[in-house]
Amino acid sequence: MSEPMLRLEGVRTDIAQYHILHGVDLDVPQGQVTMLLGRNGAGKTTTLRTVMGLWKPRAGRIMLAGRNIAGQDPAAIAQAGVALVPENMGIFANLTVEENMILAAVSGPIDPARLDWLFTVFPPLKTFWKNPAGNLSGGQKQMLATARAMVEERRLYLIDEPSKGLAPAIVSTLARALRDLKAKGATILMVEQNFKLARALGDQAAVMDDGRIVWAGPMATLAGDAGLQERLMGLSMEGHA
Amino acid sequence: MTAAPDHTPILQRPSIRVRMEPWLPVLLVPVLVLLGFVSIANPSSWLTLTVSGLAMGMMIFVIASGMTLVFGLMDVINFGHGAFISFGAFVGVSVLIALSALTGAPSLMLNLLALLAAVIAAMAVTGAIGWGFERVIVRPVYGAHLKQILVTMGGLIVAEQMIHVIWGPKEIFIARPEMLKGSITLFGATLEKYRLVAVGFGALVFIAMRLVLRRTKIGLIVRAGVENREMVQALGYRIRRVFVGVFIAGSALAGLGGIMWALYQELITAHMGNEIMILVFIVVIIGGLGSVEGAFIGALLVGLLQNYVAYLEPKAALISNIGLMVAILMWRPQGMSPVIKV
Repeated sequence: MSEPMLRLEGVRTDIAQYHILHGVDLDVPQGQVTMLLGRNGAGKTTTLRTVMGLWKPRAGRIMLAGRNIAGQDPAAIAQAGVALVPENMGIFANLTVEENMILAAVSGPIDPARLDWLFTVFPPLKTFWKNPAGNLSGGQKQMLATARAMVEERRLYLIDEPSKGLAPAIVSTLARALRDLKAKGATILMVEQNFKLARALGDQAAVMDDGRIVWAGPMATLAGDAGLQERLMGLSMEGHA
Repeated sequence: MTAAPDHTPILQRPSIRVRMEPWLPVLLVPVLVLLGFVSIANPSSWLTLTVSGLAMGMMIFVIASGMTLVFGLMDVINFGHGAFISFGAFVGVSVLIALSALTGAPSLMLNLLALLAAVIAAMAVTGAIGWGFERVIVRPVYGAHLKQILVTMGGLIVAEQMIHVIWGPKEIFIARPEMLKGSITLFGATLEKYRLVAVGFGALVFIAMRLVLRRTKIGLIVRAGVENREMVQALGYRIRRVFVGVFIAGSALAGLGGIMWALYQELITAHMGNEIMILVFIVVIIGGLGSVEGAFIGALLVGLLQNYVAYLEPKAALISNIGLMVAILMWRPQGMSPVIKV
């Protein structure tokens, strides 16, 4: 088996006096979508933010394509090829949609073909291209946040709960866009509470609890075992059929 | 590739009130000018006071613009900003004195050449001091507002004492370049030449800053950083370097404001920066922390109001700007053009 794009080894992160991650071990295979699942407060967002360098790990290694990036500056990690779609979307509300996208294209002008593709998967971005991002609806902001991460090809996409609080139609649009991204061979580590979406997109799954990975394996295995879901996440599949 | 359905919601056209909302602060300036015209009732006096107010406002804007960006970008309250004003004034005046052959010549070109040299020297020195100030004084206290206030005030005191050591404790009188002395008469109003130049120069600085902030990638990074610096870092930009650059630019602009203010007052002291900081803080607060456009409008309002009130009711001039700040904060508690922070 080839080396994973991302490997976390014994990652421990503290926020102020609280120990949040207690030794996270996780492999994110190249070219696959790995879903990070678990109850609220399990440490999923902290894991993504630690990989991005927004919180420094107290211990452990974070290997990106074989290179340890633990504790590096977020800008250096981004330059190494990691893109983040944060839980709060991180939209620059005072900037226009266009300016948000230009800013995200770190290596130079936006590739027109890539922009056409983004306009196809997220049509409202074209409509509101010159409008302040702060005027967009919640769903449109999530599209912008996702498109911003996708504006250039990256080694790894970290996506935190993209479906949170969104209408089903918007979630379908996002799912379609992420499927397109996956089809382009992207490696994605995604936190998602919507198990239906996670099951549809994920190749691999990792379940967190109390700051640790308590189960990891193929999504198909988790999706096909209701007892396992119930035990790991307290999920009842009736609502996700 | 799959095309998504276009479920774009149809936006209702906002009401006139909503559309006018962002422009209301801009309208305050002509409203105040109009009120001044009605209250003063003497067109020539009104014109003189208006030009004087605009000149004063432009100079305060040049000083405040860097400070508001520093505050917006890194949440740094720099009470030492006044030191750059004083240093800029002393360095610039020293250059003008050294080039007195040029400033005394009855040639606009030679006068402007001397001024240009003074401005470049003042901005270069204060920019370099700003770089050292950020490294030594500000960097250890990021995120700690109380410590920032204490340590930057300490820095200001040290800077003022350094001016005493280098230039001596006494004030220095400075004559304006020959061609900027005196005044012109327009519609019966006496307009000082230097004030007209200051208005034009201040407007140029504002336009240049706006162009940099709106039309360049570095400007985009600064504007985004003011709003959400964590996300700017996550996109791959080293915000610390950007901040150092903005701090240096802000210090250099304060130095530029210092030399402009020195020629306006024709007198410089080590405390001049500290004295003007009250007005600068008022401008930064009423403009909205981190907003260059807000600082511009705020500076014009402060300059105009101070001049009108000093003419109409001299005793009230001292409190007029405090009153303006209270009124604007009651209307918009986050300032006229607040930057939305995440």
